[in-house]
Amino acid sequence: MSAPVLEVRGLTVRYGGRLATWEVGLSLGAGEILGLVGESGAGKSTVGRAVVRLLADGGRVDAGAIRFQGRDLLALSEPAMRRMRGADIALIPQDPLSALNPVFRVGLQATDALRLHRGLSRRAAVVEMVRLFGRMGLPDPADILRRFPHELSGGMRQRVLIAMAFSCGPSLVIADEPTTALDVTTQAQILRLLDDLQAERPVATLFVTHDLGVVAHLADAVAVMYAGCVVEVAPTAALFATPAHPYTLGLLAQVPRADARAEASPALEALMPTLAAPPRACPFRDRCPKRMAPCDAAMPALRAVAVDHRVACHLYAER
Amino acid sequence: MKRALVALLAAAALGPSVAPHDPNRQDLSAIRQPPVWAGGGWRHPLGTDSLGRDVLSRLLWGARVALVVAVASAVISALAGVPVALAAGYWRGRLDTLLMRLVDVWMSIPAVLLAIALMAVLGLGLWKVVLAIVVVDWTRFARVIRGEVLALREREFVEAARAIGLGPFRVMVEELLPNLVPLIVVLASLEMAIAVGVEALLSFVGLGVQASVPSWGAMIAEGRGYLMVSWWGMGFPMLALVVAVVGFNLLGEGLRERLDPRLRTTA
Repeated sequence: MSAPVLEVRGLTVRYGGRLATWEVGLSLGAGEILGLVGESGAGKSTVGRAVVRLLADGGRVDAGAIRFQGRDLLALSEPAMRRMRGADIALIPQDPLSALNPVFRVGLQATDALRLHRGLSRRAAVVEMVRLFGRMGLPDPADILRRFPHELSGGMRQRVLIAMAFSCGPSLVIADEPTTALDVTTQAQILRLLDDLQAERPVATLFVTHDLGVVAHLADAVAVMYAGCVVEVAPTAALFATPAHPYTLGLLAQVPRADARAEASPALEALMPTLAAPPRACPFRDRCPKRMAPCDAAMPALRAVAVDHRVACHLYAER
Repeated sequence: MKRALVALLAAAALGPSVAPHDPNRQDLSAIRQPPVWAGGGWRHPLGTDSLGRDVLSRLLWGARVALVVAVASAVISALAGVPVALAAGYWRGRLDTLLMRLVDVWMSIPAVLLAIALMAVLGLGLWKVVLAIVVVDWTRFARVIRGEVLALREREFVEAARAIGLGPFRVMVEELLPNLVPLIVVLASLEMAIAVGVEALLSFVGLGVQASVPSWGAMIAEGRGYLMVSWWGMGFPMLALVVAVVGFNLLGEGLRERLDPRLRTTA
């Protein structure tokens, strides 16, 4: 594999006295889709925001490196970073309903990135947007450009936002739960759209979601986060076929299935802890059905259990 | 009240050109003439004051003074307060603390006292009245709009704009400011009500516009001594003042209801 588009190493983000992520490492090759999964508060969105350097107030990168196409993003000046946002690295926001400015027509704001980064005139940008909207499967693109955001449905708005994200031909897309706010049918349409776009021109994508079903469908590889730590990384097929970490097993057991009676998994009854200091023990130990003595003694490191399959769990320490 | 306010605006715009007399021309042979329905003549429909000046003409010229002061104070206060509010609300942190504590201290000084002190230092004049009102009142804009900026900046479209690569100034001017326009308009119309009152007050105590400029406040002050003999010298300017203050307040309320979707009852 060629040099990764995005490489995150030892990323530790702190919000005041709370560690949102702890030594997160990720690698994303060109055209690859990496699903970043975990429950709310696991730090998955924080990783995405750290990459574009748009952490919420009070957030600060304590340690680590984020390299994009070989360049250290954390060392970049703010103006240089600004030139990168929307052009080389695009963000698909979480809530399409509130991600468009309510006082402007769609056309004006959707073409912002094109005019800003590619220096297109307003007219040329509109022509390009009409083409992009068409590709996004939006009916009557020219009409949509003249509408206000509240006149569009959630699915249409998400298509607009995806068109905006892809408008400048980014090498990296960060999709922060892009389907969470949508209903299931629309979700399926948006996922199919993302699939089609990937087939047309593969773009490295960091796909943040709590929905394992989405990941199974879309991602090439999956990283599972728990309490700010990456606990398992594997190619999608391997993760679903041979999940290793007890937390991943628990998560998979939670996916509702039509053919099985729902029963609470004992693994996921307790609440996820928040880290205040670097973990000295496995953060999952209180919920882990396979807790052992070493779990209380040290934070397990990520170890390979198969090709490209790494797990942070003492169960696999001996091997 | 809506019609009264429109009449007032018309008076301010047209007044001086339709006024029957020079507002400062004294006619000592015709002092304290009553209004036409109380036995006066059509030459002075609202009567004359103690120096024989035509009350209607002075009222019309005074409307222009009141309106100029109102609009100028509101606009300049907004121009001063909005940038402070945007900077404080958007960047938060120490800048916000610093600016808002400054505003707190500023607002803790009694407004009327500060205005009177300023006029005493500055001297008389229409634009000095405007300056005094702005100095006293710009903090209202800063405070209220900052609150709105705080709420707006958490909306996802602000983050989306930043994710596209817009810098802080463009986010403030292009994303936040347009969302603030309704609030600014409402605040400005309420500010106009205050400004009309403060101008009259300053002129009443003799610290407003020059004596050569007819002002409602000054007319009230002059008419006060003759209230028992010629009520119209004081009564009409007071009536005009009440119409202006209540009118601008109602305008502000109406605009708020019209522009604020949360208060809108029909879709």
